[in-house]
Amino acid sequence: MISFVLRRLLSALPTIFIVVTVSFFLIRVAPGGPFDGESHIDPRILENLKRVYQLDQPLWMQYWLFLKNLAHGDLGPSFFFKDFTVAQLFAVSLPVSMENGAAALALALAFGISLGTVAALRQNHGVDHAVMGVATIGVTIPNFVVGPLLTLIFALGLSWLPAGGWNNGAFANRVLPVVTLALPQMAVIARLTRASLIEALRANHIRTLRALGLPTTTVTLHALRGALLPVVSYLGPAAANLMTGSVVVERIFGIPGVGRYFVDGALSRDYTLVMGTVILISVFVIVFNLIVDILYSFLDPRVRME
Amino acid sequence: MRFSHGTRALVLAAALAMGATTASAEMVLHRGNSGDPETLDPQKTSSVYEGNILRDLFEGLVIHSAAAKILPGVADSWTSSADGLTWTFKLKSNAKWSNGEPVTADDFVYSYRRMMDAATGSQYANMLFVIKNAEALNKGTGKPEDLGVEAVDAHTLKFTLSGPTPYFIELLAHQSSFPVYRGAIEKYGKDWIKPENFVSNGPFKLTENVPHDHITIIRNPAHYDAAKVKLDKVVYLPTEDRSAALRRFQAGELDMNDEVPTDQIKFIRQNMKDEFRPAPYLGTYYFVFNTKKPPFDDVRVRRALSLMVDREFLAEEIWGGTMLPGYSMVPEGTGSYGTPVWWSAKDKSPADREDEAMRLMKEAGFGPGGKTLKLEIRYNTSENHKKTSVALADMWKPLNVEVSLVNTDVKTHYAFLREHQPFDVARAGWIADYNDAQNFLFLAETATKSLNYSQYSNPEYDALMARAATEGDAAKRSATLHEAETILMRDEPYLVLMTYMSKQMVSKRLKGWEPNTLDYHPSRYLWLE
Repeated sequence: MISFVLRRLLSALPTIFIVVTVSFFLIRVAPGGPFDGESHIDPRILENLKRVYQLDQPLWMQYWLFLKNLAHGDLGPSFFFKDFTVAQLFAVSLPVSMENGAAALALALAFGISLGTVAALRQNHGVDHAVMGVATIGVTIPNFVVGPLLTLIFALGLSWLPAGGWNNGAFANRVLPVVTLALPQMAVIARLTRASLIEALRANHIRTLRALGLPTTTVTLHALRGALLPVVSYLGPAAANLMTGSVVVERIFGIPGVGRYFVDGALSRDYTLVMGTVILISVFVIVFNLIVDILYSFLDPRVRME
Repeated sequence: MRFSHGTRALVLAAALAMGATTASAEMVLHRGNSGDPETLDPQKTSSVYEGNILRDLFEGLVIHSAAAKILPGVADSWTSSADGLTWTFKLKSNAKWSNGEPVTADDFVYSYRRMMDAATGSQYANMLFVIKNAEALNKGTGKPEDLGVEAVDAHTLKFTLSGPTPYFIELLAHQSSFPVYRGAIEKYGKDWIKPENFVSNGPFKLTENVPHDHITIIRNPAHYDAAKVKLDKVVYLPTEDRSAALRRFQAGELDMNDEVPTDQIKFIRQNMKDEFRPAPYLGTYYFVFNTKKPPFDDVRVRRALSLMVDREFLAEEIWGGTMLPGYSMVPEGTGSYGTPVWWSAKDKSPADREDEAMRLMKEAGFGPGGKTLKLEIRYNTSENHKKTSVALADMWKPLNVEVSLVNTDVKTHYAFLREHQPFDVARAGWIADYNDAQNFLFLAETATKSLNYSQYSNPEYDALMARAATEGDAAKRSATLHEAETILMRDEPYLVLMTYMSKQMVSKRLKGWEPNTLDYHPSRYLWLE
C-alpha cells in the first residue's frame, strides 16, 4: 500500500507543475496589477513599486524566480497583505477552514446518510417525499441566501447565536457557518444514498440475506456497504472543496478562512497569494482523491490497489 | 478535527468568562472597517482603512481633533520662515514610544528617510516630494543625509522645502507621516510589524492582527495623553460584506461601521435614522471624457452631455441620498478654499439646460436630425456605478446619443485608464489625501500624466496651477486656484456628478463621535455609555 501511495503522490507532481504554470501565466494575462485601484498611484511611484516587487523583470524571469522559491518551499510575500507572507496567511486561515470543513462534512455525512437510508427504506412513502423535498431545497437554495436567512432567524430574531465574526473559534460562532456549509452537501449525500441504496436493496446477495430471515438492520447495513460507494467517490472532491473554505460563507460570517484568498487574491491581483491558493487546492484535491481510492479498496473487494 | 470536546468546552467557558469581565470592567469598542488594511506600516500605507487604525496606533507631529481639525501632536508648536521654505517644530518632551523610550526628532528624520528610500516601496512618497531632495532620494540618485529633514536637537525638527507649500501641515497629518521606531525595525527587520515586536507612539498599541478577522489594539499607558483616553480596547473588524455588517450592527456586535448597503437605505432610514450619520466627504464622483478622442475633444459635446445630467436624481434616486449632487471639482468645505467654483448651469432650469444642450450638439454636428453619437461608457463592477451609467445613457437619449456599457473589475478598469487606452467615457472618482483644493485640481494638469485620465491639457490651466504651487500668500493662492477651477468647470474634461458622503453607522451608546469632511474618527476621543 505504501508503494501505491508513493507512486500516486509522485505521479501528481507533474499535474501540480502544469497547474502552477498555467495559473501563473493566466493571472498575468489579466489586465491591471497589484497597484491599480481606486487610490491612484503617481506614475513615478508606480515605477519604483514595480522595481521593489520585481514586477519590472521579464515574465519568464519572474516565473523562474517563483519556481526557484517554490522549490525551497517559499510561497513568497503577499502583494496585498504586505505585512504577511503567503505561508503566514495560510498558517492562520487553513486550520480555520479545515476545522469548519471537517465539521460540515461530518454533519452532512451523519444526517445525509441517515436521511437517505430512511428515504430508501420507505421508498415512495410520505417520509421519502419529505426527505427528498427538503434535499431538493437544500441543493437549489444557494448559501448566500441560506447564510443571511439563518442569521436573520437565529441572530437577529431569536438572539441565540452571533450574527458573524470568528471570536477565536468560539463554538457559538461556528454553528451557523458550519450549518450553512453542510446543508447543500447533506442534501446531495441524502439523494446519493437513497438512489444507490434502493438499487442495493434489490441486489441478489441482499435478497439472499432477506430470504435467510436476517433482521432488517443487518440487511440494511450490508446493503449500505455497497451503496455508499458513490457517496465515497463524491466525498473526495467535496471534502477537498469544503476544507479549502468557501468564499461566500467566509465573507457573510466574517470568518478568517482560506477560501476568500482565492477570489480576493485574483481580484486584487495578489499574484503570489493566487499561486499559493492554486497549489493548496491542487494538493487537497489530489490527496482526497487518493484517500477515496484507498477507501474504495476497503469497501469494494473488486477494487485493488496497484 | 483539532479541538476535542473537552478543549472546546474549556474554550467556551473561557469565552464566557472573558465576556463577563468585559461587561464589568473593560470598555471595548467594536469598530467595523469596510476594507482590509494592507499593512500597518505607516510608510507603506495606501488606503483609508489603514488610516483609521494607524491614527490610533501612531501620532504624527500634528493630529486631528474629533472634528478633524489640525491640533498639535508630538509637536507642541511650529514656525515657518517668511519665504515658507523652512519649517521648525518643537517636540513635546513627554512624548513616548509604547516601550517607554522618548520620541525624538531623530525618530522623525529616520522615518522620513525610510519613506523616501526607494527600497521601502512607499506609495505616498510623492506627497512629500516638496521636501528638499526627496524626489532624488526616492529615485535612488540622492543621499539620505541630503533630505531636507534635520534634527536640530532631540526636540527640534527642521524641514527644508523645495517650494512654498501652504498645506504642508495637512501633509504632515497624513498617516504616511507617522514616525516608526527605529530600534524595532533594525532588530526584527520586516517582522517588526508583528504584534509581539510592534512599537508605536500613539494612544493605542497593537496586540493582535489576524487578516480577515480582527485587529485588536489596547490603550498605550506610555502615551502622554493616556489619562484622557477612555476606551481600554478597540477591536477593528473587517466588514467587506455591507449587508452582513448591517446585521452585525443590528445585533449589537458592532458599535460603529463606516459603510451601509445602499440597496437597504430605505430600511436604514426608516428604522435606524438616529444611528445612520451621513456627512459630506472630501471626495468627488465623476465620469471622465477622453479629450484626445473625437468628438470628446470638442468642448461643445462635453458641455452638452453634462447639461443633460440630472445630478439631483443621481444622488437621491440612484444613490439613495448617500451622495450629494456635485457641481464643482473641489468639494465644498475643502481646507480654507471657501466656496468652490460652481458649474455655470447649476441654477438653470432643466428646460434651459436642454435647450442649450440641443444647440451645442447641433453646432457640433450631432443631436436630433444630425449624426447619431455612439459612445461607450466603461465602469468598474458595482451595482451603483452600473445604475449611474444606465441613468446617464437614458438622460443622453434626447441628444440622439446611443450608449453601450462595458463593465470590468476595478483593477482592469483603472489599468485601462492609466494606460490611456482608447475609451470614450469612463467612471472614476477621487478621495482627497489631504485637505486642500490642490489635491483635486492637480488631476487635470498635463504633468499629472497617467493619473490625468481625461488627458486634458491646457497651458493656461497648467500655468495657473504652477503659479499657485509657488504662491506663498494664502489669499492669492486661493484666488489662483479658483481661476483654475473656473477653467476646469468650463471645459469639463471631468464630468462632475456628485460629491461623496461618508456613511457611518454609529451606535447610540457611542459618545464623542463627531461628523467631519475627512471621515476621521480617532478612537482616542470615543467612549461607550
